[in-house]
Amino acid sequence: MAEFLQFLISGLTVGAVYALVALGFTLIYNASGVVNFAQGEFVMLGGMVTVFVSAAGVPLPLAALIAVCVAVVIGLLLHRFAIEPARGASAVTLIIITIGASILLRGIAQIVFDKQFHKLPSFSGDTPVDIFGAAVQPQSFWVLGGAAVVVLGLYAFLERTVLGKAVLATAANRLAARLVGINTTTIMALAFGGSAAIGAIAGILVTPITLTSYDVGTLLALKGFAAAMLGGMGNPLGAVVGGLLIGLLEAFGAGYLSSTYKDAFAFLVILVVLFAAPQGLFGRRAVERV
Amino acid sequence: MLEIKGLRSAYGRIEVLKGVTLHVETGEVVALVGSNGAGKTTLLRALSGVQPITGGEILFNGEPIHRLPPHRRVDRGITQSPEGRQVFGPLTVEDNLRLGAYRRSDKDIGSDRDRVFTMFPILAEKRHLLAGGLSGGQQQMLAIGRALMGRPKLLLLDEPSLGLSPLLVDQILDAIVSLRKDGITVLLVEQNASAALAIADRGYVLETGKVAYTGAGSALLADPQVKAAYLGIE
Repeated sequence: MAEFLQFLISGLTVGAVYALVALGFTLIYNASGVVNFAQGEFVMLGGMVTVFVSAAGVPLPLAALIAVCVAVVIGLLLHRFAIEPARGASAVTLIIITIGASILLRGIAQIVFDKQFHKLPSFSGDTPVDIFGAAVQPQSFWVLGGAAVVVLGLYAFLERTVLGKAVLATAANRLAARLVGINTTTIMALAFGGSAAIGAIAGILVTPITLTSYDVGTLLALKGFAAAMLGGMGNPLGAVVGGLLIGLLEAFGAGYLSSTYKDAFAFLVILVVLFAAPQGLFGRRAVERV
Repeated sequence: MLEIKGLRSAYGRIEVLKGVTLHVETGEVVALVGSNGAGKTTLLRALSGVQPITGGEILFNGEPIHRLPPHRRVDRGITQSPEGRQVFGPLTVEDNLRLGAYRRSDKDIGSDRDRVFTMFPILAEKRHLLAGGLSGGQQQMLAIGRALMGRPKLLLLDEPSLGLSPLLVDQILDAIVSLRKDGITVLLVEQNASAALAIADRGYVLETGKVAYTGAGSALLADPQVKAAYLGIE
């Protein structure tokens, strides 16, 4: 029982990070139809910038805030100078642009920072909390709580504000959105900035547990992508559920089968989803009446 | 109010509008009729700024607007109910109407919404349902209501009767006539030419990207050439 609980909590923790990455994918995909493979680099930036800024003597909370701002600026620049000029290009072209941006950001990070692994101190110490026999790192609560706050905040924004509804409207029907006067370019910029912030927050929360380096983004982006696919591309609820499921799958797979194949599970999920249910768990089937 | 001079627009190399010149005066209902592919929808999209133009100019109240982005034209008072309705399917009826007033921040948004509900009572009944689940006719009412929520001076209506039952067509046409009483100028695109010309002050017949005939709605209805070519009446 204690073992099961241990796997459950570590699965949920890592799953919460995948969920945030998947949410970033979802937000940009909804606003622009682009699958942004530089999403993982936002996570990397969150962790790395916090590490280096706090190493320069800045208090951790401020360093984290700076990291989020840096990621948002990079996200906006990515939209302005890489995505916006290619407006109207095919989806494949746009995906290749984001892959290029991801490689570029990794290269710059390698030069500006370094190639080492880095750690952040846990936000509330390293004394494990005992929950029914499972030893839980306090940082896990930060990850789970932080992810919950981001998810609820995003939900409130999309459902309760006119600007949030404009994002949903742009996702649903771009032409109609422009006809009612929604500036869809601004909405796209907002989505890139918001995704960058969500990614960076995920990176900051998880770095005390998993360490960070210039290239952590690649694997996280793929896992987050698997989560978004599993949940149904473009569905925020699906992204969260998909992320948590993949985290749990990894944790239980590594615990009960073999940790050697831990990273393989996410890719297995991508393949199974593509073969068996390309629309994902919560994917919208086209049932609109005409 | 609206003056279009030599407007040209193309999809790639195919020119769809080949120099359209027309005007709409304040308070008029003007019908734009013509066969499939004549360029009617392209013209309305160019007016709203969602279709690029390759030549000519658009004057609204004497000022050129053809270089303004779509949201600035909404600010000026031009809104559109597009062809195929294009409601925001995953959003509720009420949210669709609210987004119609996206550029506004005044206090009358609620009372304008209630006026749309008075005009189309079925929408009030379904206000909390998703727009994607409405019937075609209800979506059409929603699209018109959404365009009205922008407080238009000039309302562009693209094929409001397409695919609707005759009863609903009458209801929509009645609504359009009542808009005129509210002081809203209407530019109406219709394939159902006889119905459109019957309620219009004036009409234009568009033929492969150019204005072929123009005149009072009743005059066009009576014109033997227009009748033969567009109204399917011998």
